[in-house]
Amino acid sequence: MPDQFPLEKIIEHFNGRVVVDKDVTDMPCVIVTPKDLVELCFYLRDNRAFRFNFMSDICGVDFLPQLPRYQLVYHLFSIPLGWRLRIKCLLEDPPKAPTITDVWTTANWHEREAYDMYGIVFEGHPDLRRIYMWEEFDGWPMRRDFPLRGYKDQYNPMGAERPAEQKNPVEDIL
Amino acid sequence: MTDVTLINESKKGDRLSREVLMNLGPQHPSTHGVLRLLLQMDGEIVERIEPHIGLLHRGTEKLCESFTYTQIFPLTDRLDYLCPPSNNLGYALAVEALLGIEAPERAQYIRVLMAELSRISGHLLITGALPMDVGAMTALLYTMRDREMVMDLMEMISGVRMHTSFCRVGGIREDLPEGCAERILEFCDIFKNRIADYERLLENNRIFLARVENIGTITADDAIALGLSGPNLRASGVDWDIRRDAPYEIYDRLGFDVIVRKDGDCYDRWKCRVDEMRESLKMIRQCIEQMKPGPFLVQDPKIAFPVDKSLLGHSMETHIHHFELAAYGFKVPKGEVYTAIEAPKGELGFYIIADGSEKPFRLKVRAPSFVNLQALSEHAGNMRYLADVIAMIGSLDPVMAEVDK
Repeated sequence: MPDQFPLEKIIEHFNGRVVVDKDVTDMPCVIVTPKDLVELCFYLRDNRAFRFNFMSDICGVDFLPQLPRYQLVYHLFSIPLGWRLRIKCLLEDPPKAPTITDVWTTANWHEREAYDMYGIVFEGHPDLRRIYMWEEFDGWPMRRDFPLRGYKDQYNPMGAERPAEQKNPVEDIL
Repeated sequence: MTDVTLINESKKGDRLSREVLMNLGPQHPSTHGVLRLLLQMDGEIVERIEPHIGLLHRGTEKLCESFTYTQIFPLTDRLDYLCPPSNNLGYALAVEALLGIEAPERAQYIRVLMAELSRISGHLLITGALPMDVGAMTALLYTMRDREMVMDLMEMISGVRMHTSFCRVGGIREDLPEGCAERILEFCDIFKNRIADYERLLENNRIFLARVENIGTITADDAIALGLSGPNLRASGVDWDIRRDAPYEIYDRLGFDVIVRKDGDCYDRWKCRVDEMRESLKMIRQCIEQMKPGPFLVQDPKIAFPVDKSLLGHSMETHIHHFELAAYGFKVPKGEVYTAIEAPKGELGFYIIADGSEKPFRLKVRAPSFVNLQALSEHAGNMRYLADVIAMIGSLDPVMAEVDK
């Protein structure tokens, strides 16, 4: 296993569209726009120098009140070469990202989870439904402005009062 | 199996078949918890599987955002409840990486020892449960009996049988009690023969073999694309084990073999786990042999409680630190980290974003069972009949608490 991860090769190939995140110390990390995400993923999977064949995890993050508010964090692993790589994709509000299920099949449920918890819409996803919460659930539970105890309803009398302007966030986003 | 609904009775008019939408679970014993499957059936042949998960969703990640770093340990216990020490270890490593500290050597040995014990306990369940699901009832009774020995050891070490919460950031809660090493070695001696017993009981059992051999075969490429990890991946012939390839704690000092099999069918996934228990026994013995007396918790009063509790009686400074730590927790510097360990079910990852406070800004659990279970919905492997689906669920070994987080 070569020691130095060829990070500059990615930067060179994408010619300014991919930026290195220098604050991250535990593994190489790049920042990409949603537009170039799928191309980057295909490149990392198929290029002989990287061979990132294993997609570990997709993590949605809500940075309220910071802007851009949402972020998707992808963790890749290369089984043949033993490298890990983190990709960050910054998303505006309302959050939309392209799906990467065509690159790695496993992304399917991870993306459904991010959709369920943060309301991030993955365009082109084959089956974008809630995965943990029930279909009728109103709201995106992992967002920073969603109360820890949930909103008050007939099953949850101890929950927080729902603000008046936020009537039906599910329909707002789709 | 309830709620059988007939749909589209005459879609395939020329054949004597009817498409049926069938509900399996969530209370069915073979679903290992509360997994609900919606099966589209053509007679006995399964055409489509749609898993419905989330019945056990507790919002662990949301809760973590409001808990201090130490308070999160009990939550990690409840992910894969068959192997809590392993989850504790993964989480502790992530926080330690953020803090830039390392647990003392003795603590690392004890953590690995407990993680391997819990791996045995987790694998024992599937060693018995898969045969039970497919009609060989006896094995589960034996494996449960032997799992009790592991539970007793856990109780001896941590005082608790299941949710041990034994790790702390920077070490472990207590040292091993007196006489524990002998008890563990005694267990190793007994258990070695017990593994041979299971193999004798099941490897030539026609009922068992007919239901698992060449069933649910997943190729190596499919397994990687599906993100399978741990024994499920190694059964398909991919030689990757985080304990060997990116060793954490003291795994680089232990000698063990990574069990890899070729076919990737239900039998291989089962057999892979049985063989792994043998390797775990090897590691436990080595841990006991190599372990030296020494501190088991970092000596930083801002992170860990004092080991010598008598100090609390007369040292004002210790008292203040203790109070601060108990009331507010410790601050973790800004940063982010992803650590992956080889949990019994596969790659268990913790991704933490710290914002400099006592609580994580975001904590993401990469739960191996969640990803492994996806093989069902993608209809991976050659599952043809309903009975094959049952064998497939059993051999993927999902723990629903971990799937639903």
